[in-house]
Parts: sequence; structure tokens; C-alpha cells
Amino acid sequence: MAHATTSNPGTHGGHAGHGGHAEGHPLVGHLVPISTLVGTAAALIVLTVITVAVRYIDVGEFNIHIAIGIAVIKAALVAAFFMHLRWDRPFNLLIFVACVLFVVLMLSFCVMDTQQYKNLQFKGNPPAVETTLKANAPGAPVARHTQYQP
Amino acid sequence: MSSITAGTQGHGHDAHGAHGAHGAHDAHGAHDHPPFLAHHFESPQQQFDSAKLGMWLFLATEVLFFGGLFVAYAVLRMRFPEVFSYASHYLDTIMGGVNTAVLILSSLTMALAVRFAQTGRKAAMLICLWLTLAGAAGFMVIKYFEYTHKIHEHLVWGTTFYVPPDNAEGQTEATELAKEPPPAPLGVTVADPTQPALPVLAKVPATDAAAIKPAARAPSGLASPREMAKAEGIKTGEGTTGAHPSLHLEDRKMPPNTHLFFGIYYAMTGLHGVHVIAGGVMLIWLIWRGMRGDFGPKYYTPVDAGGLYWHIVDLVWIFLFPLFYLIH
Repeated sequence: MAHATTSNPGTHGGHAGHGGHAEGHPLVGHLVPISTLVGTAAALIVLTVITVAVRYIDVGEFNIHIAIGIAVIKAALVAAFFMHLRWDRPFNLLIFVACVLFVVLMLSFCVMDTQQYKNLQFKGNPPAVETTLKANAPGAPVARHTQYQP
Repeated sequence: MSSITAGTQGHGHDAHGAHGAHGAHDAHGAHDHPPFLAHHFESPQQQFDSAKLGMWLFLATEVLFFGGLFVAYAVLRMRFPEVFSYASHYLDTIMGGVNTAVLILSSLTMALAVRFAQTGRKAAMLICLWLTLAGAAGFMVIKYFEYTHKIHEHLVWGTTFYVPPDNAEGQTEATELAKEPPPAPLGVTVADPTQPALPVLAKVPATDAAAIKPAARAPSGLASPREMAKAEGIKTGEGTTGAHPSLHLEDRKMPPNTHLFFGIYYAMTGLHGVHVIAGGVMLIWLIWRGMRGDFGPKYYTPVDAGGLYWHIVDLVWIFLFPLFYLIH
């Protein structure tokens, strides 16, 4: 029964530190300057150009790490500035970070598992799939599968 | 205790549109309830925070939803790295890059729409929402061109990937031409009615072509008809005209199981595309409500929450683009 005791609902709540804008400010939430938003978009475009350019440079295994690294930076920019997480309630950030961590957890365990069974896997089609492909898809390149290596 | 009960009842009536109960409001606070404030919330701040918390929980489920597909992608890519580095080159980097820029810019206009809603600039907010909607439409149009091109070339999942894409067309043309056989020079049999008569083919009766092709392919389909023709020194003319491209099937460098790349490609970009369409519907709803004048500095929660959804769609694409289009 908090209504009866609440006298001042607080128009700014936890965001009292923000104010003084000439063109008026919202009752709730955070007002992000236009320059910040445009700057974020510009950074995202620049990073997109960089990630496309990096494709054509061969650094072996590191290509994917660079690509994912840039994507993570871009995602962080979107989340922090476009999605207001930099100024939002920390609990919302906690939800987001937690769900991303759980995806990473699932991903890393599946990757470890795949790595573990690497020697047991066919390179190419298993014989049964090969037969099916030959029958159903006459144009198919038949897999040059290596022998099963236990 | 009785004053509290009266206050609560006042709230209930207010929510049902009975505005005669203003006396009850005075019992529990100096502020009067704005029309957008639901009766079960204490303040606009609480309502706003609850809405955003709910939206973030929904976005968490979205991240987990796509997360499963990202795991599938990782496992497939580890199993068949050669497939991914090969098949990635069938995707158009320009189209993918333009789509990335379109989504980034539409995210910018969405964030600006939220800002203009916060500052009460209705016209600017509506323009930004329209621009965001245009971004969604533009993205889907580019995606449509990418998809139709690939489907036409049978760059799809499953066994269709291994069916030559020009089969149906070629046969139709062949039967059409068979009705009106072109005047053949004396002593020359036309083996392929779609091609100009070639003396080399003269000794091979056209009826035998079907029998020869499978035989030629006998050791596990190593050679396509075109390659066999090339090996035998027969000019087919197919490569120069490019009328029926079936490039991937005739590429001997194509690794087995290449169709798996397109399976995961359509699964992930397709699910993302569904989200873009859903975002477009949401934007239409926001524009409709915005035109009705629902949003302003006091109340803009739907614009803000819709913006969060639109940004997560952008965020997923930020990962999809390098993972599919930019494999070295």
C-alpha cells in the first residue's frame, strides 16, 4: 500500500543528475545528445568498412578472431549508446550480459565437444548419404571421404 | 486504513474512465494521474522501468533464441571449415555490406526517433520512424534479390543444391526446338538443338547422349557433361554464352557437403529476416500511434521499447554479416 504514503513520485527518479537542456527533457529516461548518436553510427560504419577490408588480408586463423572482435565492439557500441545501457538501470545491463554469457557458455561447451570428437569424424559424406545423393541428385560431387579413424 | 482503501478504489475507477473521483486522488498525493499511467503503477518512473525491464527480459530470450543457431553455426564450421571458406564466396559482399549500412543507419534514425519523442518534437519523430521503416523495407528488398538469385541457381539447402539449375529450362527449350528442327547442313546431325551444329558431333547420334553422360560420369560423378565435352575437345559454347549457369555443380573445387553452408545461412538470415519484418510491423504501429499524438516527453515508452527491439535486430546482423559474408 505504498500509494498512500507516497507524496512525491519523483519525476526524474534515478536520473536526477541529468538536466539543464533547453529544448525540454523527458519525464523519465535519459536524453542522449544527437552528436553522440551520430558519432556512434559513424563509428559503426567505419568498423564495418574495416571488417570488410580485413577479409582480404590473410592472417590465417586470426581472420575469424578479428572479425568477431570487431563485431563485439560494434555490438557494445549499439548496446551502450543506441540502447541506452550506459545510462540505464544496471539491472537491465545485468540481464543482457547474463544472457550473452549463457550463450557463450553453451557455445564453448559445444565447441569443446566438437573438438574432442574431431578424429572420429568423416571428412565428407558418410557412405549412406553418398548413396542417397547419387540417387536423388545426379549432379552431386561425391564426397571424397577419408576412412573412419577411431 | 480506510483512507488507503478509498485511495485504491479511486485508482480502480480512474482506470475505467470514471474521472469523477478526483477527490480520492488528493487523499494519497498531490500529483494527478496522467492518462498514460496504468492504475497498478505508482509513478511514471515505475511504469517506465517496469516496461523496460520486461523488454530487456524479452530481448534476453531473443539472444538465447539466436544463440542456439550460433552454436549450430560454430559446430558446422568446425566440422567443415573448407565448406565455409569456399561457399562464402557465393554471397555478395556488396549487397551484404550495403545491408549492414542500411541497418546501422536505420538504428540511428530509430535512436533519433526516441530522442525526438523525448523532447516532444512530433514531426521529427515521425520522420525518423518513417526513415527507420524505409530501412527495414530496403533491407528486405536487398535480401529478396539475394535470396531469389540463390534460389534460381539452386544455392539452397538439401538435395536441390545438387540438381543442375538449368534442367527444367533446358528441357523446355529442347522440346520447343525439336518441334521446328533448324535446317541442318547435309550430313551433319544436330546433337544439341540449342547449339549450332558442330561437325565433331556429327558421328554421335543425339539419342545416345543420354546414355553417354551417365557412363562418362561413372567413376563417382567426377566430371560434369561440360567437363567431359571439354576433355574430348568438343566445343559446347555453354561457357561463353552463360545462358544456363550452373557454376557450383561444375566447380571441381567444391568440397562435399557444401549445401550445409546454405542450410545454416538460410536458417539464420531467414530468422533474422522474420525479425526485420516484425520490426517493420512494429514501426507501422508506432507511426500510427505517433500520428495519433500518443507520444511526448511525458510518455514515450513504446517508442523506447520498440527502439530496443530494433537495435537487437541490428545487433544480430552485426554478427551474421562477418560470419557468412566475410570468411577469408
